[in-house]
Amino acid sequence: MSLQEYKDILHNGLWKQNPGVVQLLGLCPLLAVSSSVVNGVSLGLATAVVMALSGASIAPIRSYVPNEIRIPVFILIIAVLVTVVQYLMNAYMYGLYVVLGIFIPLIVTNCIVLARVEAFASKNTALPSALDGFAMGLGLTAVLGILGAFREVLGKGTLFSGIDLALGDMAQGWVLHVLPDYKGFLIAILPPGAFIGLGLLIAGRNWLNLRAEQKARSKPAPAPLASAAQG
Amino acid sequence: MKRIARSTLQTAINLVFFAVLGTAILASVFFMTHDAIVKSEEGEKLKLIKQIVPSALFDNDVIQDTLSIPASELLGTEDVTTAYRARLKDEPSAVVLESVAPDGYSGKIALILAVRANGELAGVRVVAHKETPGLGDYIELPKNPWIKGFDGKSREVYKDADWKVKKDGGQFDYMAGATITPRAIVKAVNKALVYFGENREQLFAASEPKKENRK
Repeated sequence: MSLQEYKDILHNGLWKQNPGVVQLLGLCPLLAVSSSVVNGVSLGLATAVVMALSGASIAPIRSYVPNEIRIPVFILIIAVLVTVVQYLMNAYMYGLYVVLGIFIPLIVTNCIVLARVEAFASKNTALPSALDGFAMGLGLTAVLGILGAFREVLGKGTLFSGIDLALGDMAQGWVLHVLPDYKGFLIAILPPGAFIGLGLLIAGRNWLNLRAEQKARSKPAPAPLASAAQG
Repeated sequence: MKRIARSTLQTAINLVFFAVLGTAILASVFFMTHDAIVKSEEGEKLKLIKQIVPSALFDNDVIQDTLSIPASELLGTEDVTTAYRARLKDEPSAVVLESVAPDGYSGKIALILAVRANGELAGVRVVAHKETPGLGDYIELPKNPWIKGFDGKSREVYKDADWKVKKDGGQFDYMAGATITPRAIVKAVNKALVYFGENREQLFAASEPKKENRK
């Protein structure tokens, strides 16, 4: 694999095929944990690690798994990896484990993990598969982080609340009170806030994309050919 | 026919192989991390105990001065739990009990509470819960001081009818939109205090002979 292909994998995960706002997969944690930046980013990163590991471990064995049972086997491997990550976090990152609590096992049910394994890792070698999983996970993390920031500021008027649970006591004073004396806006914290915020994010991404396309079109010469080739 | 049977068997063996492999990996990671998990959970418990039992209240080694408590309906426990006794100059000053509120909005809520020798609550903390994030989780201390509302309360001051959230005619605050959670906790704390009242003597009895950590 060439460097360009690796770059494409990264670009796909973070922007072009972003799981959160383009593929619209993995919405379950989006709704559940994006009520604050710290929760969103932490679960996003845990998902990214699981996705990288599942890509790396499924790609090498893909030729040994009969087609008929590949889904159960993939799910089994993902479930094992998630549980391993859960044990490790419980043992060595207890604060974060307490924050994310019941959402960690839910990574198994996050369809983006299975989707990438099925769409990418079952057809590629280990290294690109790991990178693909990680890039997709980072794309999801970015969406969870932005959505978390949006909901936290609007709902509670703070940013980074609970960061001491993720990074230890030294981070105690890092919480930003963006809107002092804010009374709170409950709907932003509740699930509807996640739907509304996600809708705004998707619209924002589409708008940026459209603008970029228009810019490319208004420039003369090679643009049409190149975009047609990329399809 | 034979061919189909054979390929089915092969597929089944394949699936079993991955299942066994997965189980083996999980089992080994479990044993590798088990001690660290127990330790971090105990460490967390210690931190909690120090939060709810003021350090002026004891001079003994609270973590070592334990008593095994059988499962109790009043405490909501289904297993043997450990009580920690705080003593000042060998006089019992407080006891730390574990209690479970079985009727939270999303299942059990595990509590730890410290009761002073006079039956007054020194403090209550939630150890584990599955309440709705952003809604029912104000029972956690870093998020909200609600749980501190129990400090200093006792069954001397508040009668049974007072051990309810204000919505139900009791004395305890709650937050609009999440009443089930505080209702469950208030009820559990009250029952734990009843348990304390009934078993006060045994709870403060002299240390049982030292045995290996038991759960």
